[in-house]
Amino acid sequence: MPAPTQTLRRRAPGLVLIAAAALYSVVPLLSMVSAALAPQGSFPSGLSWPSDPQWHNFADAWNVANITTLLKSSTLIVLGVVPVAVLISTMAAYAIAVLEIPLGRLFYTVLVLTLTLPYEIVIVPLYEQVKAMGLLGTQWALILPLIGMNMPFAVFWMRAHFANVPRELSEAASMDGAGPWRALRHIHLPLARPAIASLALLMFLSTWNQFLLALVLIDDPDKRTMAGALQAFTTKYSTDQVLLNAGALLIMAPTILVFLFLQRHFVKALLQGSVKG
Amino acid sequence: MQLTKSLGISRKEGATGARNRSRNRSRRGLRARRWAGWLFALPALAFYGVFNFRPVLLSIQYSFYDWDGVGASTWVGMKNYVEVFTDSEQFSSLLHAFYLILFFTVLPVTLALITASVLRQLQGRFTGALARTLLFLPQIIPGAAAGVAWTWMYSDNGVVNQLLRAIGLDSLARPWLADFTWALTAVGFIGTWLSAGLCTMLLLAGIGKIDASLYEAARIDGAGPIRQFWSVTLPGLRAEIGVCVTITIIAALASFDVVYLATQGGPGTQTMVPGVAVYTLAFNDNRLGAASALAVVLALIVIAIVAPLQRLFREK
Repeated sequence: MPAPTQTLRRRAPGLVLIAAAALYSVVPLLSMVSAALAPQGSFPSGLSWPSDPQWHNFADAWNVANITTLLKSSTLIVLGVVPVAVLISTMAAYAIAVLEIPLGRLFYTVLVLTLTLPYEIVIVPLYEQVKAMGLLGTQWALILPLIGMNMPFAVFWMRAHFANVPRELSEAASMDGAGPWRALRHIHLPLARPAIASLALLMFLSTWNQFLLALVLIDDPDKRTMAGALQAFTTKYSTDQVLLNAGALLIMAPTILVFLFLQRHFVKALLQGSVKG
Repeated sequence: MQLTKSLGISRKEGATGARNRSRNRSRRGLRARRWAGWLFALPALAFYGVFNFRPVLLSIQYSFYDWDGVGASTWVGMKNYVEVFTDSEQFSSLLHAFYLILFFTVLPVTLALITASVLRQLQGRFTGALARTLLFLPQIIPGAAAGVAWTWMYSDNGVVNQLLRAIGLDSLARPWLADFTWALTAVGFIGTWLSAGLCTMLLLAGIGKIDASLYEAARIDGAGPIRQFWSVTLPGLRAEIGVCVTITIIAALASFDVVYLATQGGPGTQTMVPGVAVYTLAFNDNRLGAASALAVVLALIVIAIVAPLQRLFREK
């Protein structure tokens, strides 16, 4: 058993490193907070606690950045995308992995091949397509394409889950005379709950933070995701560092809050998500 | 009919024997049933086909045309592709994307490797909940917000210059994102900030899974910490490093939101990346064909880099 001081000495380099890394991650955000609390119209500097913190700046930014409207719009888009995408990707992965539908492998291969494609390659035709459908500028312009864009990862994710479910389970179900629907609902879905929860969290994050599609497909910033609206806000207030930082902080607050509440799940989902992806 | 019959048989008879027999008797019924399974996959296929696969194909088609999105389009063959490699703005955007890999991938993965191997010596798993939360923050916030945060960090009286002045390097202080020489590197370090935390957590999780007896054996063989790193840690983290490298390279090549909010490609075209160039060509210049050609080239580059990486890092 080493003496406590010895342990500490051995641990010190590692602890210093991790502390430095953590500090590096948080300094930009702290610097934004310090600027957001400076008096409006002043020129704050980097990182300094203002002598007289102006908390009402956040209230002002809330109003000028239309945060209430943006929260509603982002929530609407997330609610339009995530449940549908989770449901139909789970069904498709079930069909491919458990029901072993003919040509299912081919479908899966095509999905995986397009998994790593950058959004840049769809953005121009998507714009034309959504315009032709008469949806440009509405939230549908974002909801429908995002469901489609989420399919490769979501099916990939759920198939990885179903592929690990013992075969005997589904065979036993069909022996009992359960049709594919009942087997999915009563046997597979309860088992898939953790995988589905992680997938939903990851999709919430990517939808809420979606920028490029929101910027292109919806002209009115108030109908975009919060991330997409940030662009309009920065153009408008680019010279007002105080209000700009307060508004940007408000815009990132929801994901940070959700993250803090569901931290354990998020960390698990992000680590798994990157390993699977 | 076939379907109900095969179900009926298997219900009446015992478990295992019936399985084989019903398979033989009603192969056609089974096939019909398996085709019926497509009902489950159809909604996903429809959304994917209409809003993902079709646009990819259309992009390839557009790339051979001159089109402003309104008038008639004219077939121009490879002209748009030639332009990708001869137009200095488009070609340099591709070079910039490769330069960014240094900061989005090489630097974070190296830092994460060092941190993970140093922390491994702590014996016992690392459980600093606060540090973990902070390390993940850059992954949680929208990239666009990271762009705003770092515009402020790099501004004339932002933290970076504040630090330089504090240690007496006043002469180095400058508005980094407006500096012709340093802007792209400055954008690169935003990428380092975005991916370092995730890579560190991934490698920490991975290093915890390496069998401790491997280190013990290496030590008995007289391997010092450096040798242990090369012969135990690095091979043991193969899969995790592969994941970090793959996702951060894609992030570097396809970067859009951070750059768009931090610099919009400026000053001049010093920080122009393919994502911003595609956006500008399509939605400012109304040159949909040229934009599509650049997007196709970008996608091909991503595939050409990611596919061999998958093979390289796959566990033996």
